[in-house]
Amino acid sequence: MTNPKLVSRFNEVGINDWLRVGGKGASLGELAGAGIRVPQGCVVTTAAFEQFLAAIDPRGSIRREIEKVAADDLVACTRVGAEVRARLEGLTLPEDLQKQIATHYDELHSRVGGAGNAEPVAIRSSATSEDSAYASFAGLQDTYLWVRGVDSVIEHVRKCWASLYAVESIMYRRRLNLPEQGLAMGVVIQRMIDSRCSGVMFSRSPNTGDCSVVVVEASWGLGSAIVSGEVTPDRYVVEKITREIVSRTVSTKMRMHRPNRVGVGVIDEEVPVDQQNTACLGDDELLELADIGKRVERHYGCPQDIEWAIARDLPAIENTFLLQSRPETVWAAKDATPVAAPKSKPFDHVFSLLSGGAGKK
Amino acid sequence: MGADGKTRCFTLPSQIADVPGTEGWESMYPYYTRFQPEDDQRFWFYNAMHFPEPMPAFDALTAEVPYEGLGAFTTRVFAFPTTMGIEHRIVNGRIYITANPVTDPAEIQRRLAIFQERAGYYYENWDRLFREWKVRLENLIHELEAIKVPKLPEFDEAEVVTQAKGLGQNHYVRESFHRVIELFSKMWHHHFEMLMLGYGAYMVFFDFCKKAFPETADQTVARMVAGIEVLMFRPDDELKRLARLAIDYGVDDLFASDCDLKKVLDDLRGRGEPGKRWLAELDKSREPWFNMSTGDGFYHHHLSWNDDLSVPFAALPRYVEQLRRGESLERPTERLKEERGRIIAEYRGLLRSEDERQAFDQMLGLSHLVFPFVENHKFYCEHWFTSLFFKKVREFGALLVAYGVLADAEDVFQLQYVEIESALADVSLAWAGGGKPLGAAHWRPIVQERKRILEKFREWNPPPALGPIPSQINDPALQMLWGITSETLESWSRTVEAGHEKEIVGFAASPGVVEGIARVLRNVNDIGQIREGEILVCPVTAPSWGPVFGKIRAAVSDIGGTMSHAAIVAREYGLPAVVGTGQATQRIKTGQRLRVDGNRGIVSILD
Repeated sequence: MTNPKLVSRFNEVGINDWLRVGGKGASLGELAGAGIRVPQGCVVTTAAFEQFLAAIDPRGSIRREIEKVAADDLVACTRVGAEVRARLEGLTLPEDLQKQIATHYDELHSRVGGAGNAEPVAIRSSATSEDSAYASFAGLQDTYLWVRGVDSVIEHVRKCWASLYAVESIMYRRRLNLPEQGLAMGVVIQRMIDSRCSGVMFSRSPNTGDCSVVVVEASWGLGSAIVSGEVTPDRYVVEKITREIVSRTVSTKMRMHRPNRVGVGVIDEEVPVDQQNTACLGDDELLELADIGKRVERHYGCPQDIEWAIARDLPAIENTFLLQSRPETVWAAKDATPVAAPKSKPFDHVFSLLSGGAGKK
Repeated sequence: MGADGKTRCFTLPSQIADVPGTEGWESMYPYYTRFQPEDDQRFWFYNAMHFPEPMPAFDALTAEVPYEGLGAFTTRVFAFPTTMGIEHRIVNGRIYITANPVTDPAEIQRRLAIFQERAGYYYENWDRLFREWKVRLENLIHELEAIKVPKLPEFDEAEVVTQAKGLGQNHYVRESFHRVIELFSKMWHHHFEMLMLGYGAYMVFFDFCKKAFPETADQTVARMVAGIEVLMFRPDDELKRLARLAIDYGVDDLFASDCDLKKVLDDLRGRGEPGKRWLAELDKSREPWFNMSTGDGFYHHHLSWNDDLSVPFAALPRYVEQLRRGESLERPTERLKEERGRIIAEYRGLLRSEDERQAFDQMLGLSHLVFPFVENHKFYCEHWFTSLFFKKVREFGALLVAYGVLADAEDVFQLQYVEIESALADVSLAWAGGGKPLGAAHWRPIVQERKRILEKFREWNPPPALGPIPSQINDPALQMLWGITSETLESWSRTVEAGHEKEIVGFAASPGVVEGIARVLRNVNDIGQIREGEILVCPVTAPSWGPVFGKIRAAVSDIGGTMSHAAIVAREYGLPAVVGTGQATQRIKTGQRLRVDGNRGIVSILD
């Protein structure tokens, strides 16, 4: 293709497109394609990034220079990062790209029937580095919430790209000795959910590695409060097979993030006193989430770590959205020692247990 | 050990004071049930699961004989490797027990060799042995029924002469009473002949699931093990059948709520053919299914449905009403079976290796093999046999009343069984000698005093445990029968130390959260007091309470495990249940508002 696509809708991408749109964009497209409810959106592709970067670095010298920097050389990392960012920020996005972003942004609110021209969106980095899952989870690349208006959207796309050259990002790549060549970033532009509550969900228990339960963590407002560790979330455990709720731990949730509904950005505030010790999720919502977690796991064929949100003003079920899903890596990497092996006779197991393990093997 | 490294300790047995006004209570129970000074060194817990009330003198036999049977089979017959039997003591009318673990590795090995051979034989032949077991138990029951309590008429029967029996009827006073006690002992031996092996099989599967699925609830594991059609549901099913027949025969109008038993029976007799047919069906149901104790078979006053028909009759109006409204009373057994099959298959599917799947199949297969015995033995032993046993002893009580020794047949249960023998000897001598028994002056004051003491005992709140808290406890007998593990101890000592006034911690036995008004029933005979929508708080969760589960909103018990019947029944009825709380019946009062959280195992007093 002579003219690579600069912006793709979620329904045009799948998990195999991660090189073209970055990990997060590919995952959201995949979820949408699998019939999982995700907030509508599109991805500015890595091709758009390449085009943009080529304008300031046609021969790739910046990338080579970064690769030369030693992982522990903070001064050099800072200098080279600041230099690239200054050049990126001084450059206007190509007109064609600006137009396409504007068209897709307009499409977002026309589809939800919004009348205004300032539909709030989230702008999220979608990097292609192999373990972008870790990198984005650790907050190395930026996410901008409750962005409104096309100019601001375009501005934040550029900020996302620039964030690839933030000093901690560069140092992280140097530490892992990741190549700069081929490093690119897509940017997700996505309708923003004004969530009543949100959180994460693990289709395999992070505590014990138990595959038979879904563990859900939930807190008031936007998920950024949990991800940033500002709040101890409620914690729920649901059995996948029986849908029984095995445990509910309601925590005292002091802080919440909520969108600035009359303006832009996010407000960090105290949770109203009467809600601090209240469970965020009702049983129906919890079970709906767990069901979704099971579906996503089945779709991918392996346990998933998932971010979710429940919208404030939508009817039940329709209000439940996934924002992200990535494969669980911690327990998957551990050696699974079998819990038991068959014995020559079934009752040999009894001998072994009732003798404190001294029975026939 | 506590966090400070010191051994934590419950009250010591020697620190327990007599309840004022019960001085001399020790004479109610055998000398070998008394706490000794050296018992302070050991850890004991109150067996509220089986003995939630103070023990009448005779009923103490329902601890003595089972522990003889239990210990015989764990210690001497099968030689369980890590546990011997249970020892028991009685203080202030309450039964405390402790287990004798085997800890020396060499000794464990020596016992294991014997255990493997002997237990292996039973597992290998389980189905056949259980079939034979049932025959043996039914024979015992028929033998018990056939025992005649002599009437001791003025002149003995002519056959004594014409058949040259050569034995006067008073001989049979002694022999028959002995037979009754002997059969009771045999029943309890048979009870434990297979039970501990059955529980051992369960433990293996639970242990596996705890490792493979550490966050899955015990109750879900129990659902994989549990049978669908077990005898314990049968008495309740019979009631439903009778409710259906009442409608079919057109006599259902007689079963209004709060109807009087005697009046209903009279009215049925006055209803001609349909009434007669219904009563005939009632008789069919009664044998053997109404030999259902209102308790768990450990107290003489826990009458059976047959002893007191008002208990099953109290449930009939509700069933009739439900049928009239077109509701189905059938337990959806096919659906339950399918559901169980699905759960098993899906859990199995989560296992990662073929080895694990094969081990899972072996262990679950073994649990399903032993399940029919584990579930059904209760009906044969604790209900059918035991109901008839108490009835038979009551007949000896009637004999003692006839001879003026006792004022009331029920008073016989205020005597130890050896004392009953002695009173019967008194009667036998009097009949033979042509004189009068001396028992009235001797026994009647004792009976009166003991009744008074028993009432006083009720004022005492028995601590859940006594003595030093062991750092860990993993006696398989304690775990199998009482669900007592290190976590149990932890939760008890927390309750003791923190004294959480408004929260009672137990085991989550059936999920759901509800609020409602408490109805505390210490005595099963008060079952009729329960009102629609109340929360049942009881010492022990007894299977015969089946009919009540249609009325209540949640169930809370002092002791009980995930496999207890109440837990199983509560799950079937979809009611939240918290079991094994240690002391719910002491801390909750009837009328208080409660929140029962069956997911977390917490009962909160809201008032």
